[in-house]
Amino acid sequence: MAYYSTRMKSRQTYSWVGRPLLDPKLHHQTYREMSVKVEGCSTELHIHVGQFVLVEGNDDENPYVAKLVELFEDGSEPRSRKRARVQWFIRFCEVPVCKQHLLGRKPAAQEIFWYDYPACDSNINAETIIGPVQVVALAPDEVIPTDLKNEKTLFVKLSWNEKKFSPLSPELFAQLEKLQEGSPRCQKSVEAKTKNIESPSCTTAERAVKRVESRHSSSKSRPAPTHPVTPRARKRLELSSLGSPRTPNTRISRQTSWASPDSPRRTKRKAALSEITSPSKRSQPDGLQTPSPARKAPEKTGEIQRRSCAKDDKKVSAERHMTLRPRVPALKTTVLSEERRLTPTRGGRRSSMVPSVILIPENIRKREAEEPEAQDEAVSSRHHTSRKSSLLTLNQIKQQLRFLGKSESDSEDEEFLPAAEIPDSSSEEEEDSTSPLPRTPSGASRNLRSSTKLSLQTPSKTPKKTPKPRTPHHATPRIRSRNLAAQEPASVLEEARLRLHVSAVPESLPCREQEFQDIYNFVESKLLDQTGGCMYISGVPGTGKTATVHEVIRGLQQAAQANDVPPFQYIEVNGMKLTEPHQVYVQILQKLTGQKATAIHAAELLAKRFRTQGSSQETTVLLVDELDLLWTQKQDVMYNLFDWPTHKEARLVVLTIANTMDLPERIMMNRVSSRLGLTRMSFQPYTHSQLQQILGSRLKHLRAFEDDAIQFVARKVAALSGDARRCLDICRRATDICEFSCQKPGSPGLVTVAHLLEAVDEMFSSSYITAIKNSSVLEQSFLRAILAEFRRSGLEEATFQQVYSQHVALCRMEGLPYPTMTETMAVCCQLGSCRLLLVEPSRNDLLLRVRLNVSQDAVLYALKEE
Amino acid sequence: MTQRHFQRRRLHSKSWCLFVGFQFVEMSSRKLKSNNLKHSECLSQVQRILRERFCHQSLHSNLFGVQVQYKHLIELLKRTAIYGESNSVLIIGPRGSGKTMLINHALKELMEVEEVSENVLQVHLNGLLQINDNIALKEITRQLNLENVVGDKVFGSFAENLSFLLEALKKGDRTSSCPVIFILDEFDLFAHHKNQTLLYNLFDISQSAQTPVAVVGLTCRLDILELLEKRVKSRFSHRQIHLMNSFGFPQYLKIFKEQLSLPAEFPDKLFAEKWNENVQCLSEDRSVREVLQKHFNVSKNLRSLHMLLMLALNRVTSSHPFMTAADLMEANQLCSMDSKANIVHGLSVLEICLIIAMKHLNDIYEEEPFNFQMVYNEFQKFVQRKAHSVYNFEKPVVMKAFEHLQQLELIRPMERTSVNAQREYQLMKLLLDNTQIMNALQKYPNCPTDVRQWATSSLSWL
Repeated sequence: MAYYSTRMKSRQTYSWVGRPLLDPKLHHQTYREMSVKVEGCSTELHIHVGQFVLVEGNDDENPYVAKLVELFEDGSEPRSRKRARVQWFIRFCEVPVCKQHLLGRKPAAQEIFWYDYPACDSNINAETIIGPVQVVALAPDEVIPTDLKNEKTLFVKLSWNEKKFSPLSPELFAQLEKLQEGSPRCQKSVEAKTKNIESPSCTTAERAVKRVESRHSSSKSRPAPTHPVTPRARKRLELSSLGSPRTPNTRISRQTSWASPDSPRRTKRKAALSEITSPSKRSQPDGLQTPSPARKAPEKTGEIQRRSCAKDDKKVSAERHMTLRPRVPALKTTVLSEERRLTPTRGGRRSSMVPSVILIPENIRKREAEEPEAQDEAVSSRHHTSRKSSLLTLNQIKQQLRFLGKSESDSEDEEFLPAAEIPDSSSEEEEDSTSPLPRTPSGASRNLRSSTKLSLQTPSKTPKKTPKPRTPHHATPRIRSRNLAAQEPASVLEEARLRLHVSAVPESLPCREQEFQDIYNFVESKLLDQTGGCMYISGVPGTGKTATVHEVIRGLQQAAQANDVPPFQYIEVNGMKLTEPHQVYVQILQKLTGQKATAIHAAELLAKRFRTQGSSQETTVLLVDELDLLWTQKQDVMYNLFDWPTHKEARLVVLTIANTMDLPERIMMNRVSSRLGLTRMSFQPYTHSQLQQILGSRLKHLRAFEDDAIQFVARKVAALSGDARRCLDICRRATDICEFSCQKPGSPGLVTVAHLLEAVDEMFSSSYITAIKNSSVLEQSFLRAILAEFRRSGLEEATFQQVYSQHVALCRMEGLPYPTMTETMAVCCQLGSCRLLLVEPSRNDLLLRVRLNVSQDAVLYALKEE
Repeated sequence: MTQRHFQRRRLHSKSWCLFVGFQFVEMSSRKLKSNNLKHSECLSQVQRILRERFCHQSLHSNLFGVQVQYKHLIELLKRTAIYGESNSVLIIGPRGSGKTMLINHALKELMEVEEVSENVLQVHLNGLLQINDNIALKEITRQLNLENVVGDKVFGSFAENLSFLLEALKKGDRTSSCPVIFILDEFDLFAHHKNQTLLYNLFDISQSAQTPVAVVGLTCRLDILELLEKRVKSRFSHRQIHLMNSFGFPQYLKIFKEQLSLPAEFPDKLFAEKWNENVQCLSEDRSVREVLQKHFNVSKNLRSLHMLLMLALNRVTSSHPFMTAADLMEANQLCSMDSKANIVHGLSVLEICLIIAMKHLNDIYEEEPFNFQMVYNEFQKFVQRKAHSVYNFEKPVVMKAFEHLQQLELIRPMERTSVNAQREYQLMKLLLDNTQIMNALQKYPNCPTDVRQWATSSLSWL
C-alpha cells in the first residue's frame, strides 16, 4: 500500500461537483459529490456521498475507513472549508490491544468493523479523503473470503462499540448492501485507462465468491474456469490465474502471485501519480531505489516496476506499457522466482503492519527455526494477500515462540514480549535487513546500524514488516509475562489480604461521597457548558484524592458512553513521575496527540492547540497529580496549566492535586493562583468510623477479622495520621502475623486485636531502644559516656575527645580493658551509621562533634533495662 | 595444650619445623614421605576454604538467630512471586548484621522453588553505585532486559527513560505479569535523590494494580522512615525487618567455632578431624575466650570476627599447622591497635618534643588552639633548661618538623590555610589525646630520659 503515502504527498485539488444544496438547519451548503483532481494528471476521482472512502490517518499503511455521510462547506473553518461527515469503520489493528481478544477469533484479512461509537468525531476535513474503497457487508453467517486479489476490498461483518463486537443490525446490513451496488463506480475513472478494467456491474459479493473459486483454481495449477461472469469478475480470474503459480515451487510462486494481481492497477495509478511527483518526493525511502539486478531482468514483475516507476518520472510512460507484460512470464523460470523471493515484495511487507505485533531481534532469530511451520501457515492462511492474516501468522509464531522459550534454558530472549506497538527502529532495521536490494542512502546507513544478528538472517525468513514513515511511534514495552499463572488465594486470610491490598480497586469509594459528588458536578458542568476550568484538591497522603478523581472520571466516561455528557478526553500527569517540571508538556502532548517533542516545542504546540483550535474539538480533562512538584522559579509551568483553561477555545478542565491546603497562597505567584481560581476542595483525613467503614466494605462477606480488631486499627490509624493506606497495610500485616502464629492448618484463624497490636507495634514503634539494647558492651558504655559528658558540660553536644576521656574512665570503673582510640572511634562510627548518634560526616578525629539522635531519657531507659 | 603452644613458640625455628614434619609423618601411621607434601596441600586447602568463608558472603553458612526475620522475608517474597502481590519492605540493621546475607539466602531459597524460578525477575541496585535516578533507571532497564525494545535508542534522556520504564511496568497486571523483585542496597542513599522520584515510583507501583513488584530496601539507618518524603512514606507499606545482632557471648563462641571448623566433605578426613578438634580446644581455652570476649565487647559485628579469624589464619603455615591461642591474641592486638599511637612511634625526637610541647600548651590553655610560635617558645624553654642533653635546632628545622606533623595529621589547622597567612601564627589543634601521647612515649624506642620526664610534667625543671 505504498501508494497511499505517496499519494498523499502529491498535490490534489478538491472541488465540489454539482450544485450545493442548502441545509437550512445547519446553515451550510451540502454537496452530493466531490471530485479530486490530482495535479498534473488528467485523472479525476469522483467521490459521492454514501461511498466508502479511505481517510488519511496517522498511519499511512492503514488509512482510516469510513462511509461518507455528508459533504458540506463550512465557512467557520479557517483552513479547510470543505468538510465531510463520515461514519467510521475501524480496523482490527485500531482496536485497543487490550480489547482485541474480545473478538474471540482471529480477525479475517481485511476485516473491518462498523464503529458504533458516537463519541468519535465524525466531522472531518474533506481534503483528508484519500480515495474510495470497496466495503462489502457480510451477513453474520457468511464466511469472509480469504482470497483477496483486490487489496482494496474490505469486509465488514461486525460492529465495534469500544466494548464489544456485535453483529451488524439487519437494517444497517441492508443499507450497506445497498451501497455496495453503486460503489465501484468511483474506480471507473481511474481504471478507465488500464486495459484490465473491471466492469463495475458485478456485485462485490459475487466477486468474492469468484475470487474464492479462482484461488482454488490457481492452487490446482490449472487454467481458470471461464465462467460466464461479468467482465470484471472474469478479468480478475484471468489475472489471478495468470499470476498464479505454474511451477511446482509453490511457495515462491505464491509469493510472487500475490503481488501481481493488484499490481497492474496499482502500477497504473502509481504511474499516474508519479507523473506529478515532484523530485523532492524521492527522498521518501520507498520511493527511491537504486537499480537492482532484479530490476534489470527483462521479466520484471509489476511490483518492481511499480517501484521503479516511482523512482523515475521519465520511465513512467514506458512502465505503463510494461505493466501487463510481467504477469505472464514472471514465474516461468525458477531462477527468476528465486530472485523474486529475495526481493521481499513491498506490498506484502507493508501490509503486515499491525500494532499488536512486536518483533524483537531475538524473536526473529528464533523464527528461523520455525520457518517451515511459518511457511506452512503462511500458505494455508494466504497471508500473502492480506496484511492481517500475515499478522495472524506472526501472532501464531509468536505464541509458538513463547512455548519454545519455556523449554529453553536460555530464556533471556523473551524477557520482553510483544506488546502493542512496534518500535520504530526495530521495524526499520528489520526491513532493511530483509531487503537485499541496495536501498536509499538512508536505508543503507540504517543497515549499518542494524545489529549483526539481523543481518545474518536470510531475507526470506523475515516477516513482511512495514516501517512507519514519519509517524513517530514510541515503543510500549512491558515486563515479560509470567510462565505460570499467579495463584489465586486459597484461604480466607489470603483472600482478605488480597482485598486489603491498596492496589485492589473497590467498587465504590465509601466515605468520599460528598467529595465525589462535588468533583463530579464540577467536571460535568464544565463538560456540559463546553467551557474550561480549574480545581484544586488538597489533602494529606492516603486520603483518597487520586482515587476519587479516578472514580469521577470513570463515572463520567460511562456517562459519556450513555450520551449523558459530551465525550471528553482524559489525560493524567503526575509531578512525581516527571524528571523535571517542563516535562509535563511533553507528557500532555504525547497523551493528547501521540506526538513526541521536546519540552519547549511541546509547550508551543500545546499553547497553540489550546488557544486557537476550533469548535470541533472535544473537551479535555487533565488531572495533574502532585502539583507542588511542578513548581519552577518562574512558575511558567503552573501558569500555563492554569492559563489554558481560561481560553474559550481550549475547553480544558484541569484538576490539580497536592498535599497542602495553602499551596496556592504559599508557593504561587499572584497571577498563577488567581488563574487557579477559588474552586478548592480539601480532603480531610479519615476519621476512625470512616476507616472502619472502608475496611468493612473491603472485607464484605469475609470473616477474617474480629469486629473489635477492625475498630481498634481504625482508631489507631485515625489517631496517627488518618492515612487509609496505613490502615490497609496494618491489616495486611496482621493477617500475616495471624497466619504465622496459628500454624495448625484447617483452623480458620481470625485476626484478633493482639495480632493487630503486634503489627502496629512493628510498624510504628521506634527501633532505637531495641537497637541500644542489642548493641555491644563498648557501644553501650560509649553512650553512657556521652550522657555523662552532657551532664558534665550541660550541653547537648560534645567533641569526641571529651567523650573519649569519659569513656576511658567508665571502662576503668567497670573493669573493662582499656579501649584504644581507634576502637572507640570505630564504636562511635558504628553508632553514627545507625543514626543513634549524629556525627559530622567525613571527619574522624578528636574534634569530631557528637550529638545524640535519641532523647537522653530513651538512652537511659534502654541502658537501665538489662 | 598450652604447653605445646608454648614449646612451639619457643622453638620456632627451621629445625623445629623439620621435627614437626617428621613427627607428623610418624603419627599418620608411617605412610610415606609424600604425606608431608599432602599435609601442606591440606593446609592450603584449609586456607582457601576458610578465606572464602571469611571474605565472601557464602550462602552455605547458617543463619544465626534471624530465623523469624528470615521467615517473614521469605513469606513476603513468596507471595509476590506466587500470588503476584506487590510488597515493600525495609531490612534495617547495623553494618555487618547480615542484611545482604539474609536477602541473598531468601532469594536463593525462592529461586529453588520450581514454580518461581522462571517467573521472577530480579533487579539489584546499590545506592553507592546508582548515585542518581538516571543511572538507576538505566540500570533497571538493563537488568530487566528491556533495552532491546528500542534498539540503541533506549538510553535516551532521563525523562524518556523514566516514562519508558513506568510504561513498561504499568502494562502488567497482577495475574499475568512476571513479578519483579527490586533490591535496593544502601537504601538511605536513594532517599537523597532529587524528589525521591525513583522511590516514589517504585512504591507507587507496589501500591497500584500494575506489574507486581517487591521492593526490598537494605539500610543501616534506624531513622530511615524520617528520610522519606511524606508521599513516599505513605506509599511505603511500613514493613520493617530489624536485624539487631541480638545474640549473646555463648552464641558468639558457637559462631566462632562454626566459622573455623572444616566441613565434613574436606578431602583429608584425618586432618579435618584434627583441625576441628583443635578448634574445639581453642574455644574452650581461657585466653581465647578472653580475646573473643574483648572482641565481642567492641563489636558484635560478624565481619569483625571474620577479620580477626582471617588475621589468625594467616599465621597458619605448614610449620605451624594449627591455630593457637597466641595467634588469636596477636590478631586481636593487631585489630585493636591504636593507629595514631603507632604513627607517634615513628617520629623523630624533635617531633616528639614538639608534640610534648603542644600537650603542655593544651594543659595550660585548656584545649585552646595554639600556633607554631607558641610551640617553638615552649620547646625553647625546654631546650634552655636541658641544654646539655637536647640539641637546639634552628627555627626553620623546627618549622619543618612542625609541618611534617601537620602532614601526618597529628595536628590540624583550625581553618583552611590561606596563602598570605603567616604560617608561624596559624592556629592549630592537636589531634592526639594525652593518654595516647603518654602511651606512645612508653613504647617509643630510645627516648631520652629528659624528654620522658618533661612529658610527664611541664614543671619538671623545678
